[in-house]
Amino acid sequence: MSSIRGSRGAEMTMTTDQNTPAPALDIDALSVSFATDGGTLHALKDVSFSVPKGRITGIVGESGCGKSTLINAILGLLADNGEVTGGAIRLGESADITKLTPRQMRDLRGLQISTVFQDPMGALNPVLSVGKQMRDIQYRSNLSKREKDARSVEMLRQVRIPDPEKRLTQYPHEFSGGMKQRVAIAMALMMRPQLLIADEPTTALDATLEVATIELLKELQQEIGCAVLFISHHLGVIAELCDDMIVMYAGEVVEQGSVRQIFRNPSHPYTRALLDCDPARLHERVKHLPTIPGTLPDLRNRPKGCVFQARCALAKPECGQPVTSVEVTPGHIARCIRTNEVTA
Amino acid sequence: MSAPLLSVKDLRVVFSVGGTLSRLRGHVTAIEGVAGVSFDIAKGETFALVGESGSGKTTLARTLNGLQKVASGSIHFDGKDATSMGRAEMKELRRRAPMMFQDPVGSLSPRLDVRALLAEPFRIHGMSDRDLDAEVRRLLTLVGLPVDFASRYPHQLSGGQARRVGVARAVALDPQLIIADEPTAGLDVSVQGEVLNLLNDLRDRLGLSMLIITHNLHVVRQIADRTAVMYLGRFVEMGETEAIFRSPAHPYTAALLSANPEPDPDRVHDRIKLPPEVPSVMARPSGCEFHTRCPFAQDLCRRNAPPLRVNGGHQLTCHFPMNTPAQAGLEQAQ
Ligand SMILES: Nc1ncnc2c1ncn2[C@@H]1O[C@H](COP(=O)(O)OP(=O)(O)OP(=O)(O)O)[C@@H](O)[C@H]1O
Ligand SMILES: Nc1ncnc2c1ncn2[C@@H]1O[C@H](COP(=O)(O)OP(=O)(O)OP(=O)(O)O)[C@@H](O)[C@H]1O
Ligand code: SF4
Ligand code: SF4
Ligand SMILES: [Mg+2]
Ligand SMILES: [Mg+2]
Repeated sequence: MSSIRGSRGAEMTMTTDQNTPAPALDIDALSVSFATDGGTLHALKDVSFSVPKGRITGIVGESGCGKSTLINAILGLLADNGEVTGGAIRLGESADITKLTPRQMRDLRGLQISTVFQDPMGALNPVLSVGKQMRDIQYRSNLSKREKDARSVEMLRQVRIPDPEKRLTQYPHEFSGGMKQRVAIAMALMMRPQLLIADEPTTALDATLEVATIELLKELQQEIGCAVLFISHHLGVIAELCDDMIVMYAGEVVEQGSVRQIFRNPSHPYTRALLDCDPARLHERVKHLPTIPGTLPDLRNRPKGCVFQARCALAKPECGQPVTSVEVTPGHIARCIRTNEVTA
Repeated sequence: MSAPLLSVKDLRVVFSVGGTLSRLRGHVTAIEGVAGVSFDIAKGETFALVGESGSGKTTLARTLNGLQKVASGSIHFDGKDATSMGRAEMKELRRRAPMMFQDPVGSLSPRLDVRALLAEPFRIHGMSDRDLDAEVRRLLTLVGLPVDFASRYPHQLSGGQARRVGVARAVALDPQLIIADEPTAGLDVSVQGEVLNLLNDLRDRLGLSMLIITHNLHVVRQIADRTAVMYLGRFVEMGETEAIFRSPAHPYTAALLSANPEPDPDRVHDRIKLPPEVPSVMARPSGCEFHTRCPFAQDLCRRNAPPLRVNGGHQLTCHFPMNTPAQAGLEQAQ
């Protein structure tokens, strides 16, 4: 197991297991299924990685590859038809949190983990003013109402909401998409969590605000000393913000390493194809944007060997057999038998 | 040149904010979400709207679709004044200029299967007499989905497939203009490429015009013929996309383009940094409204609003445009 985990980032690989402090988050061979009409859908299979303390780990992957499912499993918020069918999730020194009661999970979410969900509209209550919601989230503090509001205003100012005092009395529908996203970020950071999970928190922001938000996240992360798990389809944001990254495909981790290792030397054919599709790499206008032909495999009927084989240009018969992970360089791991033939 | 398909002149949209209490206290009670915007979209043209979060892009799009009241100005669609349309005419306009909303996955009703979702536009517009099964097959094929997807429900679709269904609904009733608010947000780069290729392809085959709102500048550069940059409810720069990307003339445009994150961890960015204090539409700055954040602001900028400078197809509002080739021929409009 340890061969496909280990700490990521070249800077961190020299420490031995004994000296390594417990990571902020450790996911160990996690599998999650959903019961559906057409049979059991295996959304996550044998997912293993860890997020070291004080570092930012990015997750990228095809729409539908299981990123939100992973987050929901960590938070104990899987849909009713979802179930953790194997593996463990540890937070810092804690025991496996998949075994906690709903009540214990709720406390953990309040105290140790904060989340910015994918859909900022859904994260805010439409019938309560933003100020009331920001006050409510501070229910554990002993501050007076006025002091709580002052903290809310300060947080809103940090995420660049203009006129924060007036904005406190307004309702979510009076904010633009990007403003709601920034309010959600402000609320998550107010809790000073040990682990911040952010599911595409910058999609509704313009580039200047996106960069400012990334810098703010980095600053607060360093100040609070928390670990961050950051999901984004924007590869430029991952490259700029994250220390380490995980590449997922069809519910499996296919590659992991430091952002530099992966952007410089993508070693799984899916990662390579994904990076090639980024329009940021095109310097001319093209008639047809690059895409990866084919679709995700049916998760109810996962292929026996490599999950990417149906779409892989390098596939050969052996790929139909179970594939193990290979360490490309220390801390850089890819689940492919032809890793050496993938070129950047 | 033939008459534009869409022509917007000096459009303003006003929101009233705060309750009776703040009105009694004499606080600001109305804000201009869109503050005097003019532009045309030609037949077959793709026009992109980019700009600050909260600058009024969604409000502008909703207004074109009759979902937001016009305070003043005009909107002409195919020569007809949309601001004075009755309900029936407005419904017809929505058929010909449908809107894809910022969150199409969420806007697909979870109780309806794909067949019902695709038949819905026909029902709404009283065309149920058509062969709906044939229409559903036609639309699925058009957007590159297998016809057996008709029996799937939204939660059984991936993000990209759900967007395709959204596109299929938008093109169902032979539209002339598609208004798409963030059509690729939340999609991975490969599926994003598929959706954009699809939109481009439909534009070429059906002669559609498109108004695309997006924060993804790489997307803009790939698909838009012309681009407008919005700040505090106004266009600060508008022109050919390629010209704007090559040599942005307005300092805000330049800052926006320089901020764009690139997929390279070792990239040293030469960014135009903007101070964090975003001004509010409730208290618009004097003179040039960008002066509170503009790195090149002078006294003149704080005092006087810059005039609109028009040069052929390019226009901007700035006293001191960036030093670019485009600047040489700029003339002041009367
Ligand atoms: N409650 C559910 N019941 C059945 N299938 C589900 C359920 N929730 C998710 N799935 C399926 O599990 C897979 C993973 O979905 P998930 O939402 O985790 O993807 P994602 O990586 O977050 O995608 P995106 O980038 O589009 O947000 C998909 O095939 C999805 O259809
Ligand atoms: N119903 C409303 N009531 C009051 N103010 C509103 C309302 N809708 C929008 N606004 C305000 O109008 C301005 C423009 O909002 P709009 O949603 O059009 O911005 P946007 O450019 O689409 O932003 P984003 O890129 O973040 O989606 C914002 O200041 C917003 O707070
Ligand atoms: S194991 Fe085979 S099919 Fe899978 S990614 Fe590697 S080469 Fe391609
Ligand atoms: S008019 Fe002045 S403040 Fe405004 S954008 Fe131009 S240089 Fe900057
Ligand atoms: Mg998701
Ligand atoms: Mg918007």
